[in-house]
Amino acid sequence: MKKFIEGSMAVAEGVKICRPLVVSAYPITPQTHIVEHLSQMVADGDLDAQFINVESEFGAASVVLGAEASGARSFSATTSQGLLLMGEVLFNIAGMRLPVVITVANRSVSAPINIWNDHSDSMVIRDSGWIMLFAENNQEAHDMQIQAYKIAETPEISLPVMINMDGFILTHAYETVDTIGQEEADKFLPPYKPEIYLDVENPITMGPLEEPQWYMETRYRIQEAQMEAKPIIKRVAQEFKEQIGRYFGGLIDTYRIDGAETLLVAMGSAIGTIKDAIDELRDKGEKVGLLKIRCFRPFPNEEIIEVLKDVKNVAVLEKAVSLGASGIVADEIKGALYHTPYRPEISNFFLGLGGRDISKESIIEIYNETITKRQDNIFVDIHPDIVEQIKIR
Amino acid sequence: MNNQESNTKPKERKRKEKPPVEESLLAMGHRACTGCGEALGAKLVMDVAGPKTYVATATGCLEVFSTPFPESAWRMPWIHSLFENSAAVAAGIEAGLIAQGRDKDVNVIAQGGDGGTADIGIGCLSGMLERGHNVLYVCYDNEAYMNTGVQRSGLTPFDARTTTSPYGKKSWGNKTEKKNLPGIVAAHNIPYVATASVGYPFDLQRKVKKALSIKGPKFIQIHVPCPLGWVYPAHLTVEIAKLAILTGLIPIYEMEYGELTRSRKIGKNRKPVEEYLKLQGRFKHLFSGKPEAEEELEKIRQIAEKNIKKFGLA
Ligand SMILES: Cc1ncc(C[n+]2csc(CCOP(=O)(O)OP(=O)(O)O)c2C)c(N)n1
Ligand SMILES: [Mg+2]
Repeated sequence: MKKFIEGSMAVAEGVKICRPLVVSAYPITPQTHIVEHLSQMVADGDLDAQFINVESEFGAASVVLGAEASGARSFSATTSQGLLLMGEVLFNIAGMRLPVVITVANRSVSAPINIWNDHSDSMVIRDSGWIMLFAENNQEAHDMQIQAYKIAETPEISLPVMINMDGFILTHAYETVDTIGQEEADKFLPPYKPEIYLDVENPITMGPLEEPQWYMETRYRIQEAQMEAKPIIKRVAQEFKEQIGRYFGGLIDTYRIDGAETLLVAMGSAIGTIKDAIDELRDKGEKVGLLKIRCFRPFPNEEIIEVLKDVKNVAVLEKAVSLGASGIVADEIKGALYHTPYRPEISNFFLGLGGRDISKESIIEIYNETITKRQDNIFVDIHPDIVEQIKIR
Repeated sequence: MNNQESNTKPKERKRKEKPPVEESLLAMGHRACTGCGEALGAKLVMDVAGPKTYVATATGCLEVFSTPFPESAWRMPWIHSLFENSAAVAAGIEAGLIAQGRDKDVNVIAQGGDGGTADIGIGCLSGMLERGHNVLYVCYDNEAYMNTGVQRSGLTPFDARTTTSPYGKKSWGNKTEKKNLPGIVAAHNIPYVATASVGYPFDLQRKVKKALSIKGPKFIQIHVPCPLGWVYPAHLTVEIAKLAILTGLIPIYEMEYGELTRSRKIGKNRKPVEEYLKLQGRFKHLFSGKPEAEEELEKIRQIAEKNIKKFGLA
């Protein structure tokens, strides 16, 4: 049903139809509206779930861990400092193979404290074992919730999924979203029936100590499940397309790549602006297209190689910096290409950090610079006079 | 303290039929040290709780010695997540069971050591208590971080030597008194708080039984001597546990909705604190005979005195 709603409501509606039994969260801007909406749904009896108000994000993650271990489909949402405070538990949830779903309203990480969008928060968690999806707009954020549970709960995967959506830019934006009805949702996502869960009728031990002769194999199994998730994520997107009729890509998506010599690569809401820039450039005869990374973990090496193999230039636009190193996504793309004969020039740019606007003009400039000469670790639209004003402390 | 029942002398009651050892829910063959008070405490708790109990355990000795993969000593559904979140994990389990309609006639227990409970896990504990989950939290108090090699915790007693509160030219050991964790818990106004000791297993089991009969959050702190950390011969665990009570250094009592309702009297059986302290290497430095050591001992006598007054143990 088409509704003109806030991004956070699109998420809440997307979560509601998944019928989670336990929701636990702690407020942090710009995630708050998501959990407020869910809380209201529970209060109104529209969502039959236990809503657990906790004392911290650490507690929220631990509550959903326990709930999921008991066999209950569970949900949480957070961002930024809250995501980092959850950090220890997030690694634990993945290690215990619990298919929790959380939505992250991506925001920068302090210091300096800044409540606006970038991807610094979830990038920190990238090695935890979580499947990480990035939504381009509110429709996709809505649709991703149900896809996430389906992926996570696939028995051979059994890994948690983190849905990333840009804080404020998406969470607080009003857009028309076609919401999925409950009947459709129930057809797409069956009730959660894990094979292994805490049960007095069949006592098991979860989270044991593993000595060196066991640990590596257990971690290997997580890596294996991540790899096995690739076709599952694509299949789920395909099934969603067939049943619901919408498709935003599997592991990746592309835009106007036919005959492209240069590709821009990005994740999240910047995709919309980039598409506008590409349209404008294409109108002028420039051979440029877009590679959208929809799934960052598992990292879609094969799909990326396939798209980049015939292009001359690549510009990776990132909303996070691996301080002291380089662009995270750019480095992974370079890594993916290393053992192939393909050698496009790869430029990388940091932009939109801490909520800095990303304009179509900047994207066009990035394109022009990229086709002239390779650019490394460029902070886009940075003002030298402001840099001067920033003292060390 | 009006309500106080007088709980007679610490005389052993008549033994009841006990299940044979091998049927214990914390099975034999785990890797605890000989004389481990924590293993004894956990076994006593689980055997009262019974097989229809979900258990969330914090990181610490108990978790490590009982679950070396692929073995497990637990004959009930059991989970370990992290050091500081067993209360929250148990809360999640309880919520999950309610949501699935599987919460009837089962218990949910969260447990951890003194460090996992009083220090790093106190936030999750407070949240669980405040929200009113139907969970029993059991804290096994061996008075230090034993799993990592005997570092001090908030429940390490005054002047005890640990590896991070050593005795030296400028130190008498741990500088602080035990944090009043049961008091902090009771301040959440929960239906039931108790302290207990492995030195008094029937009293301990009665309290577990009582706690599990009450709906809502419950808390029991069990004093569990540790031969390795306290430095005493392993066969003395129960004797030392009893002396801790009889000297007044560890008061055992019950509180309901924040009010003290019952305490275990020591009366005429009261022992001087030295009898307890001198058995343990962690207090050895107090027995040098030097006048300063005597001053320290006097401070410990005062702690016992305070407890006896506060909890009406005389
Ligand atoms: C966040 C975190 N910090 C520190 C540790 C290391 N650690 C594991 S167990 C433990 C001490 C446990 O002490 P306590 O809770 O008293 O239990 P005990 O082993 O004494 O039974 C520590 C410090 C950890 N596992 N996690
Ligand atoms: Mg301890």
